[in-house]
Amino acid sequence: MNAPIRVLVAKPGLDGHDRGAKVIARALRDAGMEVIYTGLRQTPEMIVNAALQEDVRVIGLSILSGAHNAIVPRVMDLLREREMTAVKVIVGGIIPDEDARELERLGVFRVFQPGASLDAIVNSVREAIDC
Amino acid sequence: MSGSHGNFATLGGIPVEACYGPEDAGPPAPPPGQHPCTRGIHESMYRDRLWTMRQFAGFSTPEETNRRFRYLLEQGQTGLSVAFDLPTLMGYDADAPLAAGEVGRCGVPVSSLDDMETLFDGIPLADVSVSMTINSPAAPIWAMYLVAAEKQGADLSRLSGTLQNDILKEYIAQKEYIYPPRPSMRLVTDTIEFGARHTPRFNPISISGYHIREAGSTALQELAFTLCDGLEYAGWAIERGMAIDDFAPRFSFFFNAHNDFFEEIAKYRAARKLWAELMRERYGAKDERSLKLRFHAQTAGCSLTWQQPYNNVVRTTLQAMAAVLGGAQSLHTNSLDEAWALPGEHAATLALRTQQVIAYESGIAAEPDPFGGSYFVEHLTTELARGARQYIEKIDAMGGMIPAIESGYPQAEIARASYEYQRRVESGDAVVVGVNRYRGSDAAGPEILRIDSSAETLQTEKLRLLRARRNNEESTQTLNALKRAAETNANLMPPMLDAVRAHATLGEICAALKDVFGTWEERPHI
Repeated sequence: MNAPIRVLVAKPGLDGHDRGAKVIARALRDAGMEVIYTGLRQTPEMIVNAALQEDVRVIGLSILSGAHNAIVPRVMDLLREREMTAVKVIVGGIIPDEDARELERLGVFRVFQPGASLDAIVNSVREAIDC
Repeated sequence: MSGSHGNFATLGGIPVEACYGPEDAGPPAPPPGQHPCTRGIHESMYRDRLWTMRQFAGFSTPEETNRRFRYLLEQGQTGLSVAFDLPTLMGYDADAPLAAGEVGRCGVPVSSLDDMETLFDGIPLADVSVSMTINSPAAPIWAMYLVAAEKQGADLSRLSGTLQNDILKEYIAQKEYIYPPRPSMRLVTDTIEFGARHTPRFNPISISGYHIREAGSTALQELAFTLCDGLEYAGWAIERGMAIDDFAPRFSFFFNAHNDFFEEIAKYRAARKLWAELMRERYGAKDERSLKLRFHAQTAGCSLTWQQPYNNVVRTTLQAMAAVLGGAQSLHTNSLDEAWALPGEHAATLALRTQQVIAYESGIAAEPDPFGGSYFVEHLTTELARGARQYIEKIDAMGGMIPAIESGYPQAEIARASYEYQRRVESGDAVVVGVNRYRGSDAAGPEILRIDSSAETLQTEKLRLLRARRNNEESTQTLNALKRAAETNANLMPPMLDAVRAHATLGEICAALKDVFGTWEERPHI
């Protein structure tokens, strides 16, 4: 049997609405993954450091505050700078369509908007590992 | 809400039988206006005065938000409600490094007295009641508001409005905290004490279940944790040496108006009954105003869907009806586009019109507590009150809400409830129209309000000019005086007002208090 998938669930920015992040973390854990939840108000630097230390394959970012255009590109840059491009990034939150396309163009593996099913999110983590 | 296999229950899981009768309703509650006010806090409710239509607004810059406020007042809105941006909510100025990317996005940035004056430019604060959703930095923001009002020539004793100032629910649910719980409670108590002396018509606190519910709690948990928070605030004020009837009449509450129509109505009725009873039992309150739970309601943001957004108008209407049928004193109705972005002007107007239709066309406002005596609603009221009493006993046994928060108890209860609900959505057991059933084709999305980064540039430049223009020696002195006062037991509102008058910024005031109080971080827990 393969080792369980390790995922970092992170909540960047100043927003404290962690309902979504926690629900996703639990769903991934129930799907047999090892989930590291960073807690609130993580800077991109803290998130990438945690991803390195915890040796995760996937980072899930929950952003509801509209700050995604400032935060996500910074995370992607840091991953490139540290040669961690094998780590896939999945973003969930209130992300307008055109921003979602832009984030995917920057290398984000997938963007989930409100109403996405837990199944779809769990599956996309698996796909991220496979690709 | 129907469960699978023919079992019916409320959204919060209270079983619902096919038919209730007189034996389920219990003895009739006294008429509206009479203790314990289960049926409403006023004898004639909306026949004398409608609820306040108070739409929460704030975005981009103080100038832009001022324009929206004036527009809403022109459209017949009867009170203002300020949404602050995340940096302000966390006590950071717009030019702080951590504010980057967040200025003006979720609300209006207010870093200085100048910003506060701009926000209310041309709006007479002596006449308009203003609610401010601010918690950890509530004291300095309120100080800015009071000084701005003074500068308009308003008499502080005439000001009416509400400061949210409910730090306990931040630790429990919304998580916008700065300092550890105990110094935070001291700040809240300072504002309650200051308000009792100087602003008798201003509510210094709005004890909020709204955010607890948005974080995923059940109606029962929302009810119980909110009342526990209220008891904690009252206990601290009494400990300070205040008499219950000197401050409790100015306590206000804030509840969610969620999807389950009857459970919500019953929740408000149970809240009034329990608060009246608890204030007598625990604190010997005698003034009937201390016993009366006044509340603002907001429809449930978390119930809004991104898919088929026009369905949100219907959800909001039903939720608003529950709030009115439950006797709310003021109400915010959400806009249909809020799962997409901050409300655009068209959507915000429609949300206000929804309240106006309920108020003037539906006939609901003519009769106080129309569901009083309904076997089902009375049964649900009793069940919720009973369940809340059990939670309150549990929190008491932990030593009150602060030890409960420190142990993570309410946070874990809410996380469990929210995950269980999400699993029910996932399985299709809980139906969300347009999301997991009747998906059809989505209508075109609403036109959304986009906030660009020019707000950040503008606000940063304003701060640069302010720091160059003000007397920096004076503002530093007032900040040092504030720190010295924070090390004693003195009420911090007077030194806070001095700092604001000397144009110390929000970030500077909050940083000064961090030096004395330290900061708080929650243990990450899934």
